[in-house]
Amino acid sequence: MKIDVYRKKKRQFTIFALIVLCMTFISAKLTNFSFVQGISSVPEAFRWMGSNLLITRESFEKMPSILDKLIETIFLSITATTTASIIALLLALLGSQTTKVNGFFSTLSRFIASVFRNIPIVAWALILLLSFGQNALTGYFALFLATLGFLTRVFTETIDETSNSSVEALQSTGANYYQVVSKAVLPECSPQMISWILFMVETNIRSSTLVGILTGTGIGFAFDLYYKSMNYNVVSLITLSIVVVVISIELISNYIRRVIL
Amino acid sequence: MPLLEVKNITKQYEKDKKVLSGISFDVNGGEFISIIGPSGAGKSTLLRCINRMVDFSSGEILFHNTDIMSLSKKDLRKYRTQIGMIFQHYNLVSRLTVIENVLHGRLGYKTTLQGIMTRFTEEEKKEAFHLLEKLGMREHAYKRCDHLSGGQKQRVGIARALIQQPKILLCDEPIASLDPNSSKVIMDHLKNISQELRITCIVNLHQVDVAKHYSERIIGLNGGQIVYDGAPQELTTTNIHQIYGSEAENLILA
Ligand SMILES: Nc1ncnc2c1ncn2[C@@H]1O[C@H](COP(=O)(O)OP(=O)(O)OP(=O)(O)O)[C@@H](O)[C@H]1O
Ligand SMILES: [Mg+2]
Repeated sequence: MKIDVYRKKKRQFTIFALIVLCMTFISAKLTNFSFVQGISSVPEAFRWMGSNLLITRESFEKMPSILDKLIETIFLSITATTTASIIALLLALLGSQTTKVNGFFSTLSRFIASVFRNIPIVAWALILLLSFGQNALTGYFALFLATLGFLTRVFTETIDETSNSSVEALQSTGANYYQVVSKAVLPECSPQMISWILFMVETNIRSSTLVGILTGTGIGFAFDLYYKSMNYNVVSLITLSIVVVVISIELISNYIRRVIL
Repeated sequence: MPLLEVKNITKQYEKDKKVLSGISFDVNGGEFISIIGPSGAGKSTLLRCINRMVDFSSGEILFHNTDIMSLSKKDLRKYRTQIGMIFQHYNLVSRLTVIENVLHGRLGYKTTLQGIMTRFTEEEKKEAFHLLEKLGMREHAYKRCDHLSGGQKQRVGIARALIQQPKILLCDEPIASLDPNSSKVIMDHLKNISQELRITCIVNLHQVDVAKHYSERIIGLNGGQIVYDGAPQELTTTNIHQIYGSEAENLILA
């Protein structure tokens, strides 16, 4: 017996695979990217890395100043994330179908979320650089705005998905808006929201390195400084320490997730 | 004087599609009424018009002779405390404990701050435990609701509605997700509530036999109109025919 659904799915898959292949080929052509050349340069690149990126004893002398910058970066990311999450929660409450106050604010909130989310963080950093100049505030706002867009979106979805039924129940007991939010929406949604906040802290520590290069603050500044002075040993020490920080933050947040969920 | 008078209400969610049309009936204190009818007949919509979770399009509903559409925001809250609601999917805050969920039923009586800070009086807490005791849920008071069975969750839902000290209990398919045993437990509790506490129960049901067994009065809905309103004993096959359409009859009465 032949089941039509399977045949249809197979055909769809084949067509999809062909399209991806075509697009890869066309893009490579348009951008003059040669696969052969790309692959053949890999060993050479590794050889360079092996000889230049060794962490030496002298580079360790820079450790205290690196740590300083690293801590600055971590705190900047955490502050940007937590402050953004508070505003995002308010916007999400206005935006969600379940808890919206009226249609106008709901649309406005969704609009803000989508604009902020769809402008890349590098673009934010460069735009803000013009008005705030090279300082930590620029980095803070770039992280803040991008985080705000993302968190508003996921918070809105979380509220819509998880708290519909309990909101209805509490409204029908005569509870008012604030009571419904604090007794139904927040208890139902907070674990998932905290999980998203932790995810954003991780992401922001990674992006703040990049933002720091542009705005001249934090670990990104240190990276840029040693990179431009061709002190590649220190550069690799910085990279390594960023990796260590990101992994530890990830471990910590996984632990928190396990406890709260 | 009837407790609740529903007068000629209509409801349309979209233009030129009436979900309810010309619904009228009176409800007295302590009555046990079942509303039956096929899917999409408008049963849930009708219940939600009564506590104004849904605003009807025309007609009026009088509660103690007050037009419920004329209520201010504050009076609407007060009105809703008088009307308990029980749901097919229980609608509990699943991550909170049983006792917390029961006390949610008091929120309508609280100021915003009291509610948010969970300031409940000793009496309210005692009453909550008393209700759980009566529903056989005392030992589960500190369990999280997502650890309960369906029948237990529904009893929490009933406790939450009862602590409101309502005049009317609206039950939207309270047993549709339960097995026969738990269904019987829940229906027996509802029956007791209406007899002992003289609280009016209006129950949406899908099972005609259950409706016949428990209620004093059955309202049959079809296509947003009342096609039967009377005693369960007088509900004939012809009536069931009218309510559900012809094919369903054999299934239901089998
Ligand atoms: N929020 C809404 N927006 C638009 N249409 C709705 C809405 N709620 C219900 N309806 C429509 O109103 C009609 C009646 O729905 P209702 O839920 O009241 O029926 P019901 O008798 O409770 O059915 P069931 O037995 O399946 O629960 C349906 O056709 C439904 O599609
Ligand atoms: Mg329904």
